[in-house]
Amino acid sequence: MNGITIWSEMFTMWNRETHFMKKLILTTALIGALAAPAFAAQPTEGEKLAEKQELNFWILDALKTLDPGKNTDREGSDALRQLFEGLMNEDVTGAVVPGVAESYEVSEDQKTYTFKLRDAKWSNGDPVTANDFVYAWRRVADPATASEYAWFMELMNVANATEVTKGEKKPEELGIKAIDDKTVEVTLIAPTPYFLKTLAHPATFPVPQKVIEAEGDNWTQAGKLVSNGAYKLDQHDLGVQAVMSRNENYWDNEHTVLNMVRFVTVNDQNIGLTRYLAGEIDWMDRTPAGQFPRLLQEYPDQAISVPDACSYAYLFNMSDKGPESLKDIRVRQALSYAVDRDIIVDKVLQGGQRPAYWWTHWAVEGFQQPDIEMAGWTQAERVEKAKALLAEAGYGPDNPLKLTIQYNTSDDHKKLAVAVQQFWKQIGVQVELANYEWKVHTDRLQNQDFEVARYAWCADYNEASTFLDYFRTGGYNNGKWSNAEYDKLLEEAKTAADTGPLYKKAEEVLIGDMAMVPVYHYAKPMMVKADLRGWPKENVMNDWYAKDMYRVAQ
Amino acid sequence: MTGYILRRIAIAIPTLLLLIVVSFLLMHAAPGGPFTQERQLPAQVLANLNAKYGLDDPLWRQIINYVWGIVAHFDFGPSFVYPDRTVNQIIAAGFPVTLTYGSIAFVVAVAVGVSGVAAAIRHNTWLDYLAVGTSIGAQVLPNFVMAPILVLIFTLWLGWLPGGGWGGPIYWIMPTVALSTSFMASIARIMRSSMLEVLGSNHIRTARAKGLPERAVILRHALKPALLPVISYLGPAFVTMITGSVVIDMYFSTGGIGRSFVDSALNRDYAVMMGITILVGALTILFSLVVDVLYAWIDPKIRY
Repeated sequence: MNGITIWSEMFTMWNRETHFMKKLILTTALIGALAAPAFAAQPTEGEKLAEKQELNFWILDALKTLDPGKNTDREGSDALRQLFEGLMNEDVTGAVVPGVAESYEVSEDQKTYTFKLRDAKWSNGDPVTANDFVYAWRRVADPATASEYAWFMELMNVANATEVTKGEKKPEELGIKAIDDKTVEVTLIAPTPYFLKTLAHPATFPVPQKVIEAEGDNWTQAGKLVSNGAYKLDQHDLGVQAVMSRNENYWDNEHTVLNMVRFVTVNDQNIGLTRYLAGEIDWMDRTPAGQFPRLLQEYPDQAISVPDACSYAYLFNMSDKGPESLKDIRVRQALSYAVDRDIIVDKVLQGGQRPAYWWTHWAVEGFQQPDIEMAGWTQAERVEKAKALLAEAGYGPDNPLKLTIQYNTSDDHKKLAVAVQQFWKQIGVQVELANYEWKVHTDRLQNQDFEVARYAWCADYNEASTFLDYFRTGGYNNGKWSNAEYDKLLEEAKTAADTGPLYKKAEEVLIGDMAMVPVYHYAKPMMVKADLRGWPKENVMNDWYAKDMYRVAQ
Repeated sequence: MTGYILRRIAIAIPTLLLLIVVSFLLMHAAPGGPFTQERQLPAQVLANLNAKYGLDDPLWRQIINYVWGIVAHFDFGPSFVYPDRTVNQIIAAGFPVTLTYGSIAFVVAVAVGVSGVAAAIRHNTWLDYLAVGTSIGAQVLPNFVMAPILVLIFTLWLGWLPGGGWGGPIYWIMPTVALSTSFMASIARIMRSSMLEVLGSNHIRTARAKGLPERAVILRHALKPALLPVISYLGPAFVTMITGSVVIDMYFSTGGIGRSFVDSALNRDYAVMMGITILVGALTILFSLVVDVLYAWIDPKIRY
């Protein structure tokens, strides 16, 4: 590994500025190497800590798995970030900071990363070694594990990930190697600007090989689970709670303040809120629909809405199985213009969401707001244009456009669909609503068995490509929209030094052709106890680490 | 009697098999599968998953493998959605929960419900009206309305009881109350109307004519026949209560199998759904047998 080594003395403060500098180093194709102070709970001067350092976090459903290699949902990821620690963590702003990796170096072609591990230990006292990562990554990609997140290794561009998942190559050929006990080398198939961000994802966390080999699928049970994060698992009752306590063997244990983290399942949000108000829950990150304005008024010190990296849209089916009408861009534009996003956000959702005129969530890091014409118009102008476009496309009172909106069972989706039905009625479109149970809805989407369908996408990592990739030809893209210029822009972005303008342009192409109706960008209207500090207000991914939090005396 | 019971058990086996086959086919006929998700899985990953769980075999082989697993190893298979757990583990963790609150709710419902007798005896008095009024009230107040109200009163306002979770007896109170009320009301109303009917029958008039004290008339001659319709209601009701209610599990976060049952259907978690279906089916068969045996014990006219 040749290269210039830049050490942590340069960065005394770990903030957005240093994050920017790190980017600068990488993007100017210098060979970067970095070590920085890790992030930890940092009570400020004069803050008095509360006696009871506990966090009760509400979750809607049972935790499906505590196996980092098999987890697929966000609640599971929240739990896993407390129990395990990957090469990188995120700080309160969402910037990546060192986790188990103390420093790393990048090769000149940006395709090889070498990580130096710190002296970290598992909760049973064993050292965390390079092999724990190698074993974990191979396990995720290995077809024998049948991990639903095997695709994540492909997303990361880890060498041979695709071949290993397909069974064409052995898991040992995956692009990760242990150079020695404390050095991990990862080989990528292409320079990947977001690679470091993916290292904070639970799919890349190390797992204890010995325990898994001895216990099989039971290894994640309380009492058996061995973890390397700031917490260890004490108890896990499916659908009731998961209780975690301080891991004394964690390398930065001295800076951990919260002694206990409890994930409490409450399937009903209203009861969850009641229990929050009764003091049984300290943090509820999704308040029941429609309640937020009242909560904001009654509990101004506890109610807060933060941006959440997901976007909501109505997809058009533009495949051969879709209706002819939607292949006409004028129809698609008319339908998009007619949707009054302000009403949806201010009157229906009422939780701090923002109207969407493009696809990528506005708060995604480095995202440059695209120039979208309709964003600047008033709603009256939009409706007028929509009517004109529909007439131009040959639809009118004698020949009305008829469409079916499909959505999955949920009060919120229903409210929105009803609203959109009304918006479209205004311009003379006759809409039928079709409600399907979640699995049926998804199945129909994936078989292009719909006309217009409700859809949402959540970011896998904090960069615009996680959204834009969806509409790539050959991407998930259930509506089968396809555009050569768009594909080319995304392809260029993969190796570009400055991706911002390319993503901006891609958005303009996407909305220029009105590939869907962007509706709103998500927010999390939540209730947090006023004495809880250190939770990420500015991280659009909303990834949180209990080790960085503490409660102050009031 | 023993012969009868053995015969019923013998019939139970093909009944259960039929239940398994029909549920299995219905389940697979539903669109989507356990691994259908918004983020469509790459074909290869899906193939790996299907291979791991044997979902790529033809249906008839899947059914045979499944039944063989149960018969030979008492293994109900792995959960597709909770990869850390087997169906046996999920039922072993969730069934004791619903069995606990279900049994207590059952005892409470029966104890209070049978007192519907009092209403029948004091027919058309204020006691009767009160009992009928209360039971109708309890029946129209469904548990999904009652549960949030209970939590609001006893957790938020009074702070006496935990709003959910599972542990010692203090966690049992609200689920039991919420679950038992509608059953209680049904039992009370069935008990009252059947008692009224019996009290109007010939053998009661004869008993009274003989000059028996009213107490003896009720306890020795009226109660037993009046219990028959209640007992035929209690069999299925008991099974319903101990296998849990999705409402109770959802609102009180008890972790019982009532919620798992509904979740498994929505998640297409085939094995969990089959496991709980078989459990509920087997219990239903068992308790309808118990009801029939009780019938014979109570009613001397019934002989098998």
